[in-house]
Amino acid sequence: MDEKILKMKEEIESKLSNVSDLLELDKLRVGYLGKKGSITSLLKGMKDLAAEQKKAFGADVNKLKEFSAEMIEKKAEELKKLQVEHEIKSMPVFDISAPSKYECGSYHPITLVQRQCETIFKSMGFTVEDYSEVVTDYECFESLNIPKHHPARDMQDTYYLENGQLLKSQTSAAQNAILRKYGPDLIKNGTPIRAIFPGRCFRNEATDACHENTFFQMEGVMVDKDISISNLIYFMKTMLSEVFRKDINVRLRPGFFPFVEPGFELDISCLICGGEGCPSCKHSGWLELCPCGMIHPNVLREGGIDPDEYTGFAFGLGLTRLAMMKYEIKDIRDLNSGSLRSLSQFTDDE
Amino acid sequence: MCCGESEIGISDDNSGIMEITDDVPLGTDIKTIYDVDDIIFEVDNKSLTNRPDLWGHYGIAREFAALAGRELKPLDVDELSVYDDLPSVDMKIEDKLCKRYSTIKVENISRSISPVNIRIRLYYCGMRAINFLADLTNYLMLEMGQPMHAFDSRKVEKIRIKRFDTPFTFKTLDGVERNIDENTLMICNDNTPVAIAGIMGGLDSEIVEDTTTLTLESANFDAASVRKSTVRLSHRTDASMRYEKSLDPEMTVPAIGRFLYLLKKYDSGAKVVSRLTDEYAEKFPPVTLSFDQSFVDRYTGIKIDSETIIKTLTGLGFKAVYENGKYTVDVPSWRITKDVTMNADIIEEITRIYGYDNFEVNTTRSPLYPVRMTAVKTNEEKMKDLLVKRFALHEVHSYVWAYNDELKALGIEIEPNIKLANATNPNIETLRNSMIPTQLCQIKSNVSYAPEFGIFEIGRVINGVDENGLCIEHKKLAVTLFSKTSDIKTLYFRLRDIIAALASDIKHAEPEFVRAEPSHSYEHPVNLNKIILDGRDIGIMGIVHPVVNKNIDKKANIVFAEIDVDMFAESKDNGIVYDEPSKYPSIDYDLSLDLPKDIFYSDLRKCWENKGFDILKGTGVIDTYDTDTIHRMTVRFEFSSNERTLSSAEVQEIINKIISNLNDINVVVPNMIQ
Repeated sequence: MDEKILKMKEEIESKLSNVSDLLELDKLRVGYLGKKGSITSLLKGMKDLAAEQKKAFGADVNKLKEFSAEMIEKKAEELKKLQVEHEIKSMPVFDISAPSKYECGSYHPITLVQRQCETIFKSMGFTVEDYSEVVTDYECFESLNIPKHHPARDMQDTYYLENGQLLKSQTSAAQNAILRKYGPDLIKNGTPIRAIFPGRCFRNEATDACHENTFFQMEGVMVDKDISISNLIYFMKTMLSEVFRKDINVRLRPGFFPFVEPGFELDISCLICGGEGCPSCKHSGWLELCPCGMIHPNVLREGGIDPDEYTGFAFGLGLTRLAMMKYEIKDIRDLNSGSLRSLSQFTDDE
Repeated sequence: MCCGESEIGISDDNSGIMEITDDVPLGTDIKTIYDVDDIIFEVDNKSLTNRPDLWGHYGIAREFAALAGRELKPLDVDELSVYDDLPSVDMKIEDKLCKRYSTIKVENISRSISPVNIRIRLYYCGMRAINFLADLTNYLMLEMGQPMHAFDSRKVEKIRIKRFDTPFTFKTLDGVERNIDENTLMICNDNTPVAIAGIMGGLDSEIVEDTTTLTLESANFDAASVRKSTVRLSHRTDASMRYEKSLDPEMTVPAIGRFLYLLKKYDSGAKVVSRLTDEYAEKFPPVTLSFDQSFVDRYTGIKIDSETIIKTLTGLGFKAVYENGKYTVDVPSWRITKDVTMNADIIEEITRIYGYDNFEVNTTRSPLYPVRMTAVKTNEEKMKDLLVKRFALHEVHSYVWAYNDELKALGIEIEPNIKLANATNPNIETLRNSMIPTQLCQIKSNVSYAPEFGIFEIGRVINGVDENGLCIEHKKLAVTLFSKTSDIKTLYFRLRDIIAALASDIKHAEPEFVRAEPSHSYEHPVNLNKIILDGRDIGIMGIVHPVVNKNIDKKANIVFAEIDVDMFAESKDNGIVYDEPSKYPSIDYDLSLDLPKDIFYSDLRKCWENKGFDILKGTGVIDTYDTDTIHRMTVRFEFSSNERTLSSAEVQEIINKIISNLNDINVVVPNMIQ
């Protein structure tokens, strides 16, 4: 082999062993194997050689070329590997136990409880209705079988407005409108009326930890040909078990509300003790939860529905009370306080 | 052993030592002589309000009998017909508010202190023993639910029941002087008032120590009238509480029979000197209900057999028969005054005795139909989700009225609006016409919560009344952002982005912002904008007025927005319109523009939008540069076609047109970058 070739080979080997990064390696590659590289220029010197020498020289240069390319490639692999190793080693260990800076918004607890109830009722074919906060005497009382001078009007301390309208004292104020809205479809097509209507209610009373003048209720009605007390118990038990995410026992006691007959007070088995008796339920095993009953024939009639043909049930669930029970909120005033120290805790609860 | 009555807990009399009769041997258990061994049943009874018959022990006993399936024992009464030959009491009802008045006169009464057992019972029932005759009337009221009044016959000879045309004062037996108006029914001795009907007797005619003759009142008065008089006089008594419930007028005469029976039992010398004198001015019409088995089945949803139904109703005092599948039920007099007047009422009688705990629980069999939510409802829920999840805002609740004191403290004027007519708290008389002042109060109370936060609420405002005098109520979404760390422009643009996100996410639409003139004390006059969606003005956004801002927090920036939720929901949802990506390369062309004062991006858009530039697919602002004198904006135009590769010539042609349009509104293009 030609001495020049051998010398160059040694030179390449020696230089390669000193290369420490890919950029340098690339320079080296261009320096030997590029168009104007040292190896390429060896071939240029071939023209001075004898014909028989030419062949051997050419073959040797090619061998050197292949060898160099291979060596450089090998070195490149090596360097790449080293580089990755270096990258891995240089990655610091983060303190991910440090507090997160993620900011999250919050829903009002009433929204959360309301959504849970709505989801359950929607899944059972109920529509969700909305109603105004200012209503007429007719909506809040007359249409609900509470004529003028009825003592039931004294039971509720109502906020009246200068124009004779009032702030609705109960979500039942929407009953008449709902019956009128869906009644025709019930009568014509047999589509049962299944509706819930959550909303703000108002009572003119002094506030303390247990009393608020502004609170939320959710009214529900179902009217069809054969709606029974048995159905009412079923729906209440099912809905409440879903809300509290455990099997809830309910019991009915006779209760008087002018817009239902018969009317009931619905109790649920105590959430804390499950009915055994504990301080939360005053050792009775039961918690009073919501009034309900079979819709009074006069109320159906006033809503344009024949009570001889159709029956229905109605209930009024205290969403505010439900939220307080569910989240163990002690002071009812926290709910309308707008205090973010309290409210920002209610991120989501689907 | 010697002890006083208060010591063994049978009265609050501790004036002396009890005397036990001589025939009781020493060492006898006191419980065998006196009824002091008390068994208490706690009866949960929420329907008391509507059950006049349950305001006496006998009525409760009837319920117990029906529940236990036992017979209800009749009360021992004196037979009144034996006095029929005696003279009548001079009595006349002169007012329709008195439904019935029954009276009888007794002489020769010698007993003045009640027997121990009667005193014990009264005490256990929460009443104090007064004297024998007064105690007996109270005992009767507790036992039968019929309030009675004992007059000293010396003071009452000519009973007249009437109202007076002119107000006067009257001293009741508790010694209080009360103002009587022309609506209050009175019992009178001829023209002298002796008692407030159904509420309380007068001091002058009450039973005193030397009373030996008694004129007994057992009457029935209009329930609503008693209730209203009670409210007017602010004086509620055991008697008025019962009359308010619509008592059974049939009860007045048996109550007299019972009274005389007990009177004679404990004072054998007492002598009836008049016949029963009874004026029954107005009877409740009898109620007979008829219904079939299917009615009960339909209402209950379970099977209760006819035998059980008949037994239950009979036990409760109804006359009930079942023939050929049909029930015929006569409602007893003590239930027709108020609570059992129609078939639906009977269901409760049957089911409550049957027991709701014994009900089989069943779901309904109803046809299925799709349930559609209203746009308002679905939009509202999406709004809440976006604001909470994407913008990390906090949902709050508030009151529908203006908080006077809090607003004053912030320097916000309370704008005239409809007021509450009977608010007990002067701080809350005016209803709010916007939620923004409410939110500013809530921001104020939260200033130390965090350096930067935002709140929102979907609530109601009242904007005056319509032509019929009815309130105009609107449902609004209010958003307020507070920041001590962001500059006002950043904060205001964040709010703008929130509004844009609501429109874009929920309606696939882009809101427009149009400068508005301030009309409220809390609005900063600069940068106040109307929010336009689908061509309609749906709300307002702005910066808080510096005065109000300083009252809330000197170092913070505060911005607000309020939009009408119903109008938002009504606006068109453009839906998703799919634009297939072009297979040909697109060309971006950037123009750097120098904007004169008072020229905004909304003006620039008009230079290229709706001009028929089909190949202009999109625009965006990629950079802005602002100094006091220069307002520079770099706009990127994206050109592409689905049919072909665009030539730079056709792009340039459009760009030239745009530049020409821009020049028309004095916008210059200092240099061109491609």
